[in-house]
Amino acid sequence: MRLTLMADQIALAVRDLAVHFEMEQGVVRALEGVSFDLRAGRTLGIVGESGCGKSVTARSILRILDRPGRVVGGSIVLDPGSSGSTDVLALDSNAERMRAIRGGRIGLIFQEPMTALSVHYTVGNQIIEAVRQHSDLSKQAARDRAIELLREVGIPRPELRVDAYPFQLSGGLRQRVGIAMALAGDPDILIADEPTTALDVTTQAQVLDLLRRLQAEKGIALMLITHDMGVIAEMCDDVAVMYLGRIVEYAPVETLFAAPRHPYTRALLRAVPTILAKPRQRLATIGGAVPHPGARPVGCPFHPRCSEVIEGRCTAAVPPPIPPGQAGASCFLEVPG
Amino acid sequence: MPPMHDALRSPPMRCLLLKDAFRHAPDRTGGAGRDTNAHAYLMLSYLLQRLGLALVTCLFISALTFLIIRLPPGDFVDAYIANLTASGSSVSHEQAEAMRREYGLDQPVLVQYARWMGRVLQGDFGVSMVWRRPVTEVIGDRLWLTMVVSLAALFLTWAIALPIGIYSAVRQYSIGDYIFTTLGFIGLAIPNFLLALILMYLGFRYLGLNVGGLFSPDYVQAPWSWARVWDLIKHLPLPAAVLALAGTAQLIRIMRANLLDELRRPYVVTARAKGLSEMRAILKYPVRAALNPFASSVAYLFPYLVSGSIVVSLVLGLPTVGPLLLQALVAQDMFLAGAIVLLLGVMTVIGTLISDILLIWIDPRIRLEGRA
Repeated sequence: MRLTLMADQIALAVRDLAVHFEMEQGVVRALEGVSFDLRAGRTLGIVGESGCGKSVTARSILRILDRPGRVVGGSIVLDPGSSGSTDVLALDSNAERMRAIRGGRIGLIFQEPMTALSVHYTVGNQIIEAVRQHSDLSKQAARDRAIELLREVGIPRPELRVDAYPFQLSGGLRQRVGIAMALAGDPDILIADEPTTALDVTTQAQVLDLLRRLQAEKGIALMLITHDMGVIAEMCDDVAVMYLGRIVEYAPVETLFAAPRHPYTRALLRAVPTILAKPRQRLATIGGAVPHPGARPVGCPFHPRCSEVIEGRCTAAVPPPIPPGQAGASCFLEVPG
Repeated sequence: MPPMHDALRSPPMRCLLLKDAFRHAPDRTGGAGRDTNAHAYLMLSYLLQRLGLALVTCLFISALTFLIIRLPPGDFVDAYIANLTASGSSVSHEQAEAMRREYGLDQPVLVQYARWMGRVLQGDFGVSMVWRRPVTEVIGDRLWLTMVVSLAALFLTWAIALPIGIYSAVRQYSIGDYIFTTLGFIGLAIPNFLLALILMYLGFRYLGLNVGGLFSPDYVQAPWSWARVWDLIKHLPLPAAVLALAGTAQLIRIMRANLLDELRRPYVVTARAKGLSEMRAILKYPVRAALNPFASSVAYLFPYLVSGSIVVSLVLGLPTVGPLLLQALVAQDMFLAGAIVLLLGVMTVIGTLISDILLIWIDPRIRLEGRA
């Protein structure tokens, strides 16, 4: 179903992205050298526990990181290799050009469809605003476009729903509105930040279906942030596993599930509840908790929780990062020594 | 594709089977085009209910007003006699009783209340015992002047406080925020009357302003004319500034706190992610939400609009309603005090009613669902 023409075209290349939060208690290193590519028509899953830097990555790409967060290094390049390639980090975050990219090239879909929409305006108002931000359409034409978008994301009777307020819609419909809004500027890259976390399982499946359909129709490069391994298995082509601001494993989805290489990935997969479990069998957990990013362990950040820790190596140095575009794990088990 | 953990696949797969059954299920609201007539009816019955409650409240206020103005020992005649005695003359017992009969003060309390209310409902607030003129006449002119001064103060408050509040929240902990915060707290801490005195002194000493009152001496008793209006406008800034000061400081703090809460909400990120400019995103979404509480504050502003600030009015010599109430209470001028207190109470009720209507108007959640 992929558009073969664009299948391997890189839409966005993130290299060595580093983000710091300068807090009173000291500098929190939220991202430490994150690299990945988003390709047209393909889905990259980003998976990890809360606080590992998934959402910070998304916001850094859109340049809407809240203070005190600050990008301190790396590059985020749109259309790398082409004549019109742009490093979004070089743009002023409130500049016209950056705002045209935000929503126009890169759309964002949110986790919480209730709080992500303003209760003070109708969904039509909020979508029309996005449409007009990225086009010269008249009010009436933008309204027609908004209705068209609502229809496209599978909202029944869109010509009525366009005048509804968000709180008048069910959770699933609200998330569809959120997707319609992300599509309003006709972006070719979509970042979905836990788009199904707040939804019940039935609605989850519908929303994932919708995303897959839109991606196939428009050849969108999709970055799907989640902590749900089921969603990853359903949706993704490639997966980046994040831990404490670093990508610890990067692999095609089949490889990741069949032969996970990083101990953290293996632990995550073990922790997924299985329907084949015996009654009263205890759920597998990963020992310990994610350390506070301000109190990062010396050596490999995962070593205090790792069951395969190599004393003297993992406790002393950080394993080398995965070269961009290659499958692999950032782990000393991978590095002969 | 190599075999995958079946369990991973299974929950979504199960849903795939269910999904078609649910796809066309009606959502819980039945769509946006809900019967607008039903909404209008709900709103109307809600408003009528509020109106009924407001009337009942006003009745209670009138009874309470009457009780309060009768609370101090003695009555107007006692106060009158004490006044005359102090200045050397005396009043005979018969004369006193005759006065009591004249004002109806010899009747039982309930009868006095009923008579008073009966006349009030016809627009007759009785005769001020001190001024020996109808209460409506005594209050009349002052009421309009009070409203002019209070409205000027109110607009000044909002015009200064809202932009500064927004700035302080958006640039939290910036130098500007600290400066405004400091000024704001100083403004809160300085008593109004002290500021009034200082400004009067400065205005008189260095600017040669004609301070005090709302009119130049030539215009105090003059009939209304454009020249008199212009004279009033020239006198307005000082009292308006003094009256606005404390309110401004308070409003800045409220606006800043409200907006700080709203700025953290995900819909602000949504607005930014659409590509809106920072200014547009902030003014359209979080500022709008932060303004909601101001609609509720209308209830408190209304009585203030008619009374003004008593102390500041006294210091600045403003002919507003506030000082009148003070005099009436001191002299036990029952009908005058009663009329003013009643007016203040009713204004509070009307203010509450208006803020209810405002909230319905600006908050779609209340309008459409009856909740916030």
